Amino acid sequence: MTASMISLDSSASAKTSDNRLTNAKSGSCKSSSCGSTAKPDDMDPVTWEKIKDHPCYSEEAHHYFARMHVAVAPACNIQCNYCNRKYDCANESRPGVVSEKLTPEQALRKVISVANEVPQLSVVGIAGPGDACYDWNRTKATFEKVAAEIPDIKLCISTNGLALPDHVDELASMNVDHVTITINMVDPQIGARIYPWVFYNHRRYTGIEGAEILHKRQMLGLEMLAARGILVKVNSVMIPGVNDEHLIEVNRWVKERGAFLHNVMPLISDPAHGTYYGLTGQRAPRAIELKVLQGRLQNGAKLMRHCRQCRADAVGLLGEDRGKEFTLDHIPDAASYDERNRAAYREVVARERGNHAAAKSEAIEMVKAAGPDGSLHVAVATKGGGRINEHFGHAKEFQIYEASPTGIAFVGHRKVEQYCRGGWGDDATLDSVIVALEGIDIVLCAKIGDCPKKRLADAGIRAMDCYTYEYIETAISVVYAAEFGVDPLTGTA
Amino acid sequence: MAFKIIASQCTQCGACEFECPSGAIELKGENYVIDPKKCTECEGAFDTQQCASVCPVPKTCVPA
Repeated sequence: MTASMISLDSSASAKTSDNRLTNAKSGSCKSSSCGSTAKPDDMDPVTWEKIKDHPCYSEEAHHYFARMHVAVAPACNIQCNYCNRKYDCANESRPGVVSEKLTPEQALRKVISVANEVPQLSVVGIAGPGDACYDWNRTKATFEKVAAEIPDIKLCISTNGLALPDHVDELASMNVDHVTITINMVDPQIGARIYPWVFYNHRRYTGIEGAEILHKRQMLGLEMLAARGILVKVNSVMIPGVNDEHLIEVNRWVKERGAFLHNVMPLISDPAHGTYYGLTGQRAPRAIELKVLQGRLQNGAKLMRHCRQCRADAVGLLGEDRGKEFTLDHIPDAASYDERNRAAYREVVARERGNHAAAKSEAIEMVKAAGPDGSLHVAVATKGGGRINEHFGHAKEFQIYEASPTGIAFVGHRKVEQYCRGGWGDDATLDSVIVALEGIDIVLCAKIGDCPKKRLADAGIRAMDCYTYEYIETAISVVYAAEFGVDPLTGTA
Repeated sequence: MAFKIIASQCTQCGACEFECPSGAIELKGENYVIDPKKCTECEGAFDTQQCASVCPVPKTCVPA
């Protein structure tokens, strides 16, 4: 192992943003790209400026920045067979679910509280539980209040698109530059199997007629947004046997109309949720089916792979949900925005991500140079920052990377039940974690006990906690080189 | 003549409140209710009762 492969940044282990800031300032800067914008080569500067702090639009940004959804828009103008807004379970994490609906005034209070407590916050979104464009008065009132208090925060909405064309001009004038449209079909025949009805111009339409209206409005809205330079992410729910093959055509249509990102998400169809699909036994896709479909879409619109299908009132980094800490009874009645935490954090991130980008490209070059063949599936426990900094037993999800001669690619995440609670691990939970890690060669985490480590080894998965606080890509490259490269390394801690 | 909301079926989505031309619907505590004094059954405004046609759950907004 050479020193250049792993250069532990002094800022890595600091916990608070103040410490991080001090360390980042005092730490020597070895990388030539320190302080760079870390812009990917294939992106124009204007677009990069828009997405670089948006966790949902940039996989790179999702390591550093957090979003929050304010549930101010309960009313919906269409019914989707996969949605049921009636059920609220604190332990459920899926779109449409909220614990409490907010008025625009309450939403502002919540945004200020979160901005004061969560320095990573960069985006406030309205994602229902109904439709943000249909319930427009509440959406608009909320955005106006938030923008007046915290001008630098990014605003975004999620919509089914039916009412979207009516509000594109207002969205543009309010500086909303990220809009997500859920588009599951471009063929109304297929749409009729997904949407039982749509409510448009004071009338309810059913079947193909309804789906046709929705389709036309979605395409119109997408084109109008693209013409104004507003970035559009298209969400599609993959429903096996209904629209799975069809999504290839959806991908082509939305790419042609200027969609920036396409996010294909698996259907969630637990009968306990009481949705139509849940009750009729419509199955969800398996993880491998989703991955295969995403692979086939690779040449269309840019794909999003880090989506967590979060709740309509989620708060925090994408892999976590701190919504429960910020319910109305937990936040002060009158809060005033204090910009210091967020400002300090952003300064740290500006430095940190330059170093990370340099380490990442170095790591990828190393993997490319390491060997002619071989691929490695790596699961990483992380709390964010692009580093290996979560204990195995505390992880609620693992981020999955694939290292191969083409480089190091983030391919998705796998949710698990937290194995260790209060110092004790539960065997049954560990079993389920091992099942969730099927196909993984190596687990990288900040710490792991001997017992779970042995159990994983028995299942053919090697767990390592020798790369704690290291950049994810750097650690993967070292492990990869040890596996396939000329320089033999013992990759076990 | 007025409509009412069957509380046990209501998902509290708020769609009706938003769509009612008479402003007769509001959230009272846990439930949306229709003020019978204000409800016109949308007569003169729309062909169908807006609360009933926008409601995602069938037979939830019904004649009182």
